[in-house]
Amino acid sequence: MKKTIYEINERIKSGKAVVFTAEEIISVVEEKGVKKAFEEVDVVTTGTFGPMCSSGMFINFGHSSPPIRMNKVWLNDVPAFAGIAAVDAYIGATEQSERLGMQYGGAHVIEDFIKGKDIVLYAESYGTDCYPRKDIKTTINKYNVNQAYMFNPRNCYQNYAAATNSTDKIMYTYMGTLLPEFGNVTYSTSGELSPLLNDPEYRTIGIGTRVFIGGAQGYVAWEGTQHDPNQERLENGVPVGGAGTLALIGDAKKMSSRYIKAAIYEKYGVSMFVGVGIPIPILDEDILLKTTVRNRDIHTLLVDKSGKEDLNIRLNYEQLRSGVVEIRGKKVPTAPLSSLKFAREIATELKSLIQKGEFILTEPVEKLRTNGQRLNKLEEREVKP
Amino acid sequence: MKTIKVSLKYPLNSITTPLVSTLVKKYNVEVNILHANISLNKIGTLIADITGEEKDIEDALDFIVKQDGIRYKIFSNKLIWQEEDCVHCGACTAVCPSNALTMNKETWCLEFSKEKCLVCGLCTKACPLNVMSLQA
Ligand code: SF4
Ligand code: SF4
Repeated sequence: MKKTIYEINERIKSGKAVVFTAEEIISVVEEKGVKKAFEEVDVVTTGTFGPMCSSGMFINFGHSSPPIRMNKVWLNDVPAFAGIAAVDAYIGATEQSERLGMQYGGAHVIEDFIKGKDIVLYAESYGTDCYPRKDIKTTINKYNVNQAYMFNPRNCYQNYAAATNSTDKIMYTYMGTLLPEFGNVTYSTSGELSPLLNDPEYRTIGIGTRVFIGGAQGYVAWEGTQHDPNQERLENGVPVGGAGTLALIGDAKKMSSRYIKAAIYEKYGVSMFVGVGIPIPILDEDILLKTTVRNRDIHTLLVDKSGKEDLNIRLNYEQLRSGVVEIRGKKVPTAPLSSLKFAREIATELKSLIQKGEFILTEPVEKLRTNGQRLNKLEEREVKP
Repeated sequence: MKTIKVSLKYPLNSITTPLVSTLVKKYNVEVNILHANISLNKIGTLIADITGEEKDIEDALDFIVKQDGIRYKIFSNKLIWQEEDCVHCGACTAVCPSNALTMNKETWCLEFSKEKCLVCGLCTKACPLNVMSLQA
């Protein structure tokens, strides 16, 4: 017996949908068995809240009078990309302030914008016949711009390598501060609660899937950059290391600063915590079974971030979460980088939205790629003058 | 009774002085070693809480200064954790040398133990949200 998304949505609309988070479902299936649980459960919710550098926001400011064809734009002194139409711009999360450097960046602009604060807009132009103006300085906020939508080229990495440092010097990285001589190990992803680890073969999550993003409802827009489905996988379909990724879109005006937070990694730069929750419709028993994946069944590689040593160590998330792992006989403390507490809050919030009938599921309009090309390397080729 | 937090720096050859036991026996103070470390240039660092009567602590510090090559510094700073802005990511626990910062394995909330804190300031830089700061 199979269910359809239409049937599940009917149950959601009548307030009768049975929903569990990806952590809760493990014991539900354990107690009831797959068959019985499948008859009862409609949706499993996932969540993640981690730093996702590949994020940013498109804004349309509206036209001033006289009008300007902005070709350089700064928001609170942070450069935004203006190489699109006259008053459109894209503010990237990792862009840094001209004056403050990495103390304030694109992610801070986005967080301030979501909080409803005024943002200083400064724009320059060379002036054209139809757009004579050469500069403008004003303030904008989420109430007076036309559109502001987050478009994140790569979120929700399916799995991610854990990091350590073999050198005798401290390293400051996007995987946090790595202490010398294997002084610590850091890891990201929310493990058994993480969206793409609960649908490892992208059977339900695809282009057009409605998601919870930053407190609002958004969509999967495309496969994410560096989407690499051909990664080596365990028998349960879970990839060992980075694999699938998602490009997400959502209305920034409706987001909440609880689930979008600017982050600064020392001597590395700016990033942004993005809260994402994805519902998995339980259409058949296999889909249900895949959502019961446990931390011990999710493996990842341990990578020396100095690039000096090939460690050839695999760890599972139960080991990583235990707080100590072993590297060449040495006991090494581990630390997470993405917030499991917030990931749980997001999965629970999404569950309650679905139970209340306020979040309706969508059928993907197209599946994510499950095979095909691996990642290309950037070659340095001769450039002819 | 009061407690102060001190860091002691000593050249390794002077370790022959049974410093801690003298403090305890002669000056009637309690010494709780929080952290001990030997750096590459053979300087030992000891971070400890010293508890006792005001006068005894003063005498004990006086005794320490008179030892050859030993330096001490009293920590007057304390670590402020703006808990309401913390997202409990855990990045700070990666650098805390004394286990003052740990993740609760049930709730996955950050837990801070003031007693274990060495006021080293490492977490203030490691926290991506800037919610840790040192205050005099
Ligand atoms: S690094 Fe900062 S935000 Fe993260 S748990 Fe520590 S104090 Fe909280
Ligand atoms: S200042 Fe921070 S890192 Fe240093 S001991 Fe205290 S809690 Fe740990």
